[in-house]
Amino acid sequence: MSYALELKDVRKSFGKTEIIRGVDLSVHAGERVAVIGPNGAGKSTLFNLISGRFGLTSGEILLKGQRIDGKKPYEINRMGLSRSFQITNIFPKLSVFENLRCSVLWSLGYKYTFLKALSGLKDANERAEELMEMIGLDKKRDTLAMNLTYAEQRALEIGITIAGGAEVILLDEPTAGMSKSETARFIQLIRKVTEGRTLLTVEHDMGVVFGLADRIAVVVYGEVLAFDTPEAVRANARVQEAYLGSVVAEAQAGGH
Amino acid sequence: MAAVYKFKPLNVGRWVIWSLFALVLLVAPLLFTSNLSHTMLAQMGIAIIACLSYNMLLGQGGMLSFGHAVYTGLGSYMAIHALNMISDGKLGIPVSLLPVVGGFSGMGFAILLGWVTTRKSGTPFAMITLGVAELVFAMSLMFSEFFGGEAGVSGNRVAGQPFFGITYGPQVQVYYLIAVYTFICVAAMYAFTQTPLGRILNAVRDNPERVEFIGYNTQRVRYMAFIISGFFAGIAGGLGAINFEIVTAEVVGAARSGGYLLFTFLGGATFFFGPIIGGVLMIIAFVLLSELTKAWLLYLGLIFLFMVMYAPGGIASLIMMNLRVAKFGKLRQIWTSYLGLGLTAIVMLAGAGAMIEMVYHLQLNSALGDSVKFMGMTLNSRGLDSWVGSAFVMLTGLGLFELARRQFAREWGTIQEEIEKEIKRRETL
Amino acid sequence: MEFFIISMLNGLSYGLLLFMLSSGLTLIFSMMGVLNFAHASFYMIGAYFGYTLSGIVGFWPALILSPLLVGACGALFERLSLRKVHPYGHVPELLVTFGLSYVVLELVQLIWGRVAVEFPPPPVLQGSAFTLINHATDGLRMVWGAAPAEMCSAADPAVRVVCSRFPATRAFMMAVAVLMLIALWLLLTRTRIGLVIQAALTHPETVEALGHNVPRVFMLVFGAGTGLAGLAGVIGGSTFVTEPAMAATVGSVIFVVVVVGGMGSLAGAFLASLVIGLIQTFAVAIDYSFLSFARDMGWQLSAATQENTFAKLTVSQVAPILPYLMLVLILIFRPKGLLGTREG
Repeated sequence: MSYALELKDVRKSFGKTEIIRGVDLSVHAGERVAVIGPNGAGKSTLFNLISGRFGLTSGEILLKGQRIDGKKPYEINRMGLSRSFQITNIFPKLSVFENLRCSVLWSLGYKYTFLKALSGLKDANERAEELMEMIGLDKKRDTLAMNLTYAEQRALEIGITIAGGAEVILLDEPTAGMSKSETARFIQLIRKVTEGRTLLTVEHDMGVVFGLADRIAVVVYGEVLAFDTPEAVRANARVQEAYLGSVVAEAQAGGH
Repeated sequence: MAAVYKFKPLNVGRWVIWSLFALVLLVAPLLFTSNLSHTMLAQMGIAIIACLSYNMLLGQGGMLSFGHAVYTGLGSYMAIHALNMISDGKLGIPVSLLPVVGGFSGMGFAILLGWVTTRKSGTPFAMITLGVAELVFAMSLMFSEFFGGEAGVSGNRVAGQPFFGITYGPQVQVYYLIAVYTFICVAAMYAFTQTPLGRILNAVRDNPERVEFIGYNTQRVRYMAFIISGFFAGIAGGLGAINFEIVTAEVVGAARSGGYLLFTFLGGATFFFGPIIGGVLMIIAFVLLSELTKAWLLYLGLIFLFMVMYAPGGIASLIMMNLRVAKFGKLRQIWTSYLGLGLTAIVMLAGAGAMIEMVYHLQLNSALGDSVKFMGMTLNSRGLDSWVGSAFVMLTGLGLFELARRQFAREWGTIQEEIEKEIKRRETL
Repeated sequence: MEFFIISMLNGLSYGLLLFMLSSGLTLIFSMMGVLNFAHASFYMIGAYFGYTLSGIVGFWPALILSPLLVGACGALFERLSLRKVHPYGHVPELLVTFGLSYVVLELVQLIWGRVAVEFPPPPVLQGSAFTLINHATDGLRMVWGAAPAEMCSAADPAVRVVCSRFPATRAFMMAVAVLMLIALWLLLTRTRIGLVIQAALTHPETVEALGHNVPRVFMLVFGAGTGLAGLAGVIGGSTFVTEPAMAATVGSVIFVVVVVGGMGSLAGAFLASLVIGLIQTFAVAIDYSFLSFARDMGWQLSAATQENTFAKLTVSQVAPILPYLMLVLILIFRPKGLLGTREG
């Protein structure tokens, strides 16, 4: 059985400090994996390594069986992996519609062409309209991205991430800074738009994690302490000791 | 800073605007008939193409270049050499196509030099363009066969076969050639902004890192934009060679590059039509303002400084902001504040201008006597009363201007709030 | 031989002058992210202030006052103009310093005129620091100060004696630059503010987050950087020439230095300054061309090659473009610069 995403003994040092200390991870296609861990454990760094933002010090990363470590971010993206950012990373001076349309151009094969008018690209325009509706921003079609509310910007962020049709999606703290109700709605959105795709998401909200994930990876001090189903992770003694403990108790009590 | 607006005319409006533009180009030399006007109009056309090509980098791509004159200038040089080849009978193309030669030259040099230049972005990119520009300028003094040394390279635009009786001898014929190229180039560059590459270029400007994550090689996008910009820059250069019939090393110099930057920014880099305003202003400043006062470079520098600090979107953004206010029917409320602002500014600037003119006069023209003509009055640059008077006028103007400015800022803020509320109200309908 | 030594010293002194300028530029860039396009303009007004002040209070007080005055101007500019533009990003900051360079040039020409002014060094520096005497039979000797005429000629006309003088102004330039370098090094490594600056060299955002009064620090750093440029201006203006074009001459070279050395790296700026200073000084003195080289090697070249412009170019003719050529080469083969750590 081949994996959608595989990490083999991935290590990363910044200068003399080893941040990622030998991570092994194998994610099946269509799986939903939540990556949890205390602050500074290296979760975002892992995402940066997978998406090509940083280079590895050693180890291998494979996307659908092909090596992607050492490749540039756009090469990895073209191979079918896309990511969102913890700090909203949209195109501020473009409208919502333009943001989404730009995100679909490459996947539809338009590349660097300057001989076609954007308004004439039916498939790009239709796809952008679809996406807008999916993320619920169709009423804000022509609003400049920098004028959206925070939650709307986060939704746009997700829209940009999934627009290109990537099979493996990395979401870095998608619900950061949202209220309880916004989070709940947002999780519904995430479920809807990542239907059938492989999903890795960094999350702190345990309610979300236990509700959304097929498997949970617990990262502490640059190592994976456990990578298993939610129940198994909850019961894992090492995890409880290192991280989960009180957090789980709260989640079980139904309020977090 | 205020938000950036999109100017979205209706389809009918689009035809009207382009037809009006063509009409203006056609009719201008008939309205302004003096030889000076024709010369200026011709130069304006060239400047418009040059500034628009520059804005492809600055406003659309977020790439600040200090060396755009390299591409316009090298386009000029190649064009004038081609012109001489036409005169010698070695090249069989009509003079009308010479700007295209310039264009391909500009493109060629952009392909060559752009690869190194676009390896970086932001501030390092700007520094590289500066270094490359200095490199080319320094080379112009070394290779006199191509660059013509001190005297430059001259040519005669009446060469080859006349084109339907047009020899390009008279200035007005050259103007119409320039007008045709201006219209085509402006239309082409506008069309570019509506293509995938054009839009991705905007995305690269807004967020270069994110663009990589939607599948695009940011460096490649910049490189391609650089090349296309170089093509249009070369066309402007080629037209310049035809217009002036001489090309000297200053066409690749730092002063010219600085001029493109200054006036494109002044006109407005955030809107497509901003550089058109910039190009027109550039010629007016170089030809008319420099005659009016010796202090024109100082004024220009100060205006530029104030623009960067207070109106970074340039004149175009000021126009658009006021158009938006007018669209919501609020212009009536604020015109009195504008009046107050304008009048006090004039007083202040009159005082300051008088002093600057007197200083310049002392420095440069004192052999001609002490009196300076300023705004219809005669000032004595060595007279205490002139100095005290100007200083008094300036300081009074400054004080009143500050009061007027505060009032204006208050009113403007109120109007912006009202407009925001109105927009929100319309959204919920 | 003496030519080599003197040229070496000339190149080093010019390189150290470039370093005085580029160090201020690097500090400002590292701390604030602003590339001060008008840095050479502050160099220029340092020279002009020095010129005016030394006419009033003498050279030595002017050497101290002028940089302080220039630094004050820099701080004022930061406070009034740069700070306003800071929130808009790096491009507007660069543009505002670009505009300043125009305004400063015009003001300088307005106040002091368009022609070069006489800014002589003080009497104690007007002679030679030392003289190298190359005697055909006695060998190479060094004499402090200017060697008297008898030592420079031999009674026997067949004996060749060459005297090469090293100007005191140049020696002074080197001394000040080295002192400045040491002071800077001590400041950066031994004081608290130095530690903050070192941190800001690579991680400006963190420094901001640590709660230092950032606007005030910015103003101080900008003032200090421009003050250094002013100091270089007093020395450069009195050693070379004080004229409106002096900003342009040195301006683009220091940007090359900063990019070649690696943006944000003081050590890189030091290295690049010396390299460029040496290359420029030596190149200007070498009249060799490819043709003369071929001739010396005894190669036979075709008539066409002999007429070729490239072949006829002497190294001294090519000297002006060498720094920019270096820039292009560095960007192709080592884009981070010689010792760069930040991407800029």
